[in-house]
Amino acid sequence: MTDTMTDKASPLFLERRSYRQRRLMDAARLLPVLAALLWLVPLLWPRSAAQAEAAGAATVTSSSAILYIFGVWTLLAVIAFVLSLTMDIKPDTPTDRGL
Amino acid sequence: MTKRVLIIEDEPNIIEAISFILSRDGWSVDTHSNGHDAVAVVLMRAPDLVILDVMLPGRSGYDILTDLRAQPETRDLPVLILTARGQARDRELAEKAGASHFMTKPFSNADVIEALNALVAQ
Amino acid sequence: MATLNILIAVCLTYVALLFAVAFMAERAALQGRGNWLRSPWIYTLSLSVYCTAWTFYGAVGYAARSGLEYVTIYLGPSLVMVGWWWALRKMVRIGRTQRITSVADLISSRYGKSGLLAVCVTLLAVIGITPYISLQLQSVTLSFSSFATSDPGGIALMESHDTALWVAIGLALFTILFGTRNLDANERHHGVVMAIAVEAVVKLCALIAVGVFVVWGVAGGIGPMMERIDASEIGTWQMDGGRWVGLTFLSAAAFLTLPRMFQVLVVENEDERHLRTAAWAFPTYLMLMSLFVVPIAVVGLDLMPAGSNPDQFVLTVPLTQGQEGLAMLSFLGGFSSATSMVIVAAIALSTMVSNHIVMPIFLRLTQGGAGGPSDVRHVVIMARRLSIGLVLALGYLYYKISGGGTALAAIGLVSFAGLAQLLPAMMGGIFWRGATRNGAFAGLVVGFVLWTYCLLLPQFGNGLPPSVLEQGPWGIGWLRPQALFGIEGVDPLLHAVMWSLSLNTAFFILVSLVSFPSPLERLQGAQFVNIFERSGNPQSWKGGIAQSEDLMIMAQRILGPAEVQAFFQSEAARQGLAGFLPEPSPDFLARLERELSGAVGGATAHAMVAQIMGAASVSVEDLLAVADETAQMMEYSSQLEAKSNELTRTARQLRAANDKLTQLSVQKDAFLSQISHELRTPMTSIRAFSEILRDAEGLKPEDLTRYASIIHAEAIRLTRLLDDLLDLSVLENGQVSLNLRDGRLSDVIAHAIAAAGSDMHPLRVRRVGPAEGIFLTTDLDRLAQVFINLIANAQKYCDAPRPELTIAVTRREGRILVDFIDNGAGIPPESQGMIFEKFYRISDRQAGGAGLGLAICREIMDRLGGTLGYLPGQGGAAFRVSLPVAQRMAAQ
Repeated sequence: MTDTMTDKASPLFLERRSYRQRRLMDAARLLPVLAALLWLVPLLWPRSAAQAEAAGAATVTSSSAILYIFGVWTLLAVIAFVLSLTMDIKPDTPTDRGL
Repeated sequence: MTKRVLIIEDEPNIIEAISFILSRDGWSVDTHSNGHDAVAVVLMRAPDLVILDVMLPGRSGYDILTDLRAQPETRDLPVLILTARGQARDRELAEKAGASHFMTKPFSNADVIEALNALVAQ
Repeated sequence: MATLNILIAVCLTYVALLFAVAFMAERAALQGRGNWLRSPWIYTLSLSVYCTAWTFYGAVGYAARSGLEYVTIYLGPSLVMVGWWWALRKMVRIGRTQRITSVADLISSRYGKSGLLAVCVTLLAVIGITPYISLQLQSVTLSFSSFATSDPGGIALMESHDTALWVAIGLALFTILFGTRNLDANERHHGVVMAIAVEAVVKLCALIAVGVFVVWGVAGGIGPMMERIDASEIGTWQMDGGRWVGLTFLSAAAFLTLPRMFQVLVVENEDERHLRTAAWAFPTYLMLMSLFVVPIAVVGLDLMPAGSNPDQFVLTVPLTQGQEGLAMLSFLGGFSSATSMVIVAAIALSTMVSNHIVMPIFLRLTQGGAGGPSDVRHVVIMARRLSIGLVLALGYLYYKISGGGTALAAIGLVSFAGLAQLLPAMMGGIFWRGATRNGAFAGLVVGFVLWTYCLLLPQFGNGLPPSVLEQGPWGIGWLRPQALFGIEGVDPLLHAVMWSLSLNTAFFILVSLVSFPSPLERLQGAQFVNIFERSGNPQSWKGGIAQSEDLMIMAQRILGPAEVQAFFQSEAARQGLAGFLPEPSPDFLARLERELSGAVGGATAHAMVAQIMGAASVSVEDLLAVADETAQMMEYSSQLEAKSNELTRTARQLRAANDKLTQLSVQKDAFLSQISHELRTPMTSIRAFSEILRDAEGLKPEDLTRYASIIHAEAIRLTRLLDDLLDLSVLENGQVSLNLRDGRLSDVIAHAIAAAGSDMHPLRVRRVGPAEGIFLTTDLDRLAQVFINLIANAQKYCDAPRPELTIAVTRREGRILVDFIDNGAGIPPESQGMIFEKFYRISDRQAGGAGLGLAICREIMDRLGGTLGYLPGQGGAAFRVSLPVAQRMAAQ
């Protein structure tokens, strides 16, 4: 929302560190999108034996579904953890100005 | 016949002193000690002469005097302004308001009696 | 019997522990030792109020019935947390800068502090959450009876006592005790949050313990467990795609809009950076909470007889395996889930009910903040307490009426769907400047009506007659509640969520597009949407002839005198003014309004300030400010603003200084004339009477004595006046030598009261405060002189029919404050700045003094290192003597 507004105000090149911070913020924004996509995958799984046959695939067992869903969950938590370590937000300065 | 004087003043000791010297000189003395209803009291008592303090509770003596001069009954009533504020500006104010005579405190008793007699003689 | 008794004992011990934890946390926070209370871990754990008894017990039952569908309830919140950078960060920032107290407050503040919207949201929340609370009561009752059935004597005991009632009463007590302790401007409840964090740990440990027991103790390891799962009746993936997406979305929406979640996410948030930790820690917590759900469900289905309630597997599986200790822990976990939800929900709902329904009615009845009979603070706290009681009573009543049957189990999702109706107004409000009050209102009403019609009423059987369900109202087929517009065959929940939310959003957007917002709405909209760009205040109040003193009186009754005096003093200092009364500048009023809204909510605070300020006025400049919001303009104007603020402040200081100088010069002129007058008056009597004594012969002896004594008294008056003048001049030149001694403050006050001749005077003197324990090292005689003067002033000037003077001693921030407050008419505002000047008298009333007393007192206090000031807004004339702590020796 602010990207277009501050084009003129912010300098063209940022220091390496600030640049890194900006990209980390991008990653933080994208993380929920990634999460949503990964959790949408189960929609592609066949729901019944008939469907599975039609698709030429085996039905998905609950144990593998559990492994997939909880695996994605753990992965997200780890990524969010890594992001939280490297990103420094200061509560009182506008951090999301510019690119 | 005895002349009647009305003293409008808020310091009880000063009232007592003036009352004493005037009654001894043969005046009939009335007193009043606040500014709110001073004009009404003057109209009611209709004295021959008024001694008026300036710093009164409720209303300044100058305002009272200005009001008295606006009334037909008291337009020519002799009024002696007696004040503890003795600067030139105070005298001007008193004259502008229509004072017949102006004296500052502390006063000599004899001067007061002399001034009063002069005023009623006019 | 034994088991049930032990269970009750454990339960009571646990509750006592929670009370102790909450109490200690409150104490620590009060004493400023509470740094660990503000850790991101506590914050993360407090978010676990999301996991209620419905999830603790219900998830297993849910899994036993529908396989993996239960995870959607946790996936939604995980998505929201992981995506905190989008919505949560903004909500928390807005909540903190605007002092938002609840969801209703957020929405009403965003849309021009609308009272109507606040009431709507509050009603929706109460209707949506009350059944949810009864669900918690039911789950506790059920878990008790699970124990009771394994215990022959237990059933009788269960039947003779109404468990739900006792639980409701206990929870109401806890919530009232720790949820309404103070009317903190930030609305944070350290004790409650701490207790909830403890409960979060207990419920997680309990569920994991049962899970570990089931996997390794019963199934014999991970591999065999997996095989057992695949072999069970929920062994294959049979998820309906629509429900998978729909429920995930619904839980994500509810996570943002549930009042209790808003309370812990936004209102109780201490630091925006805590979100960063919670972003990964809370999804992890949710994952751990749901990890063992399927294993427990599968083992439960295997072990338990057919037809047993899968909702109780968490308890009954350990019980049937003879693991009573584990079952006990599991019971505590469920108990924790239920209680933490009820406590936070009750706090959140009571805040909304009291701020948006009770207070506006109260203010209307008492004609506003300034004129009411009693302390509004007590009213607010009482309203909160009553609301908590009311919310729990409603929950209990609902439980009783619904019969505690299985119908309640479905209420979790129904409640989610109801609260999700707030999502368009909320998200639209913080991301879209064009959203208007009318749009939000239209969307909410449409969503609410559809939710009630399509979900709430059909769900609870008797709500709608069967003919309506089957053929539609009046036989209109396309209005059938579970097949609107003829779309059939959709899952009823999804059907209701889809129609209510999409029409809600559509109406919200359409009405917003065609309606025009009021200026205040536009200001608030800009504030909320651009929260990260500007942290300025909404410039909604303009000058006017607001009476700062009226504002102070009103604020004192809501926030308490100490806070308000400090706030007003710092605001006055910010404007460069001395004393307690700042000019009612828009800045100041905006900040005052925000302080108030922390206690009574945005709409009410606005209404209260409006009542004193006159109409809410937004000026042309304000609108221009809203219109001209390009980034550069902002940058540039913020610099300009800083400069012009600086200038305004300097100008104001100069103006104040100039006014004072002019007044002083007039006074200086009057000074000589004053002195002359004061000296001449006694001198007149002396001269006149001495002439009388000299000239008059034959005076009566008693007159002689009388006149001599008048002369004597007037001479003394003259001496006293000269003494005062001398005293003042010595004090002013700093030549005074202090006679420092040790003494007790109470003795000084007692001495002053006696010396002022109080026993002879009708003025009644009342003493308040811990003067006994305060020891001073100072010039006690000088201090007493000040006190005597203040008491004498009250004797002379207090014009109440039954005059009364209160001498109140308090210690605050290292200072000793002695307030002298009478019940008279007080000192008019225009005189308050002048009373400490020499010869200043408020009226022409001759009260004997020369008008030097207060000037001398102030000089004395200056010399003693303290201050003397006038304290406005106390109901009468009030003077405050303040002594520094350095004057105080170690108290015994």
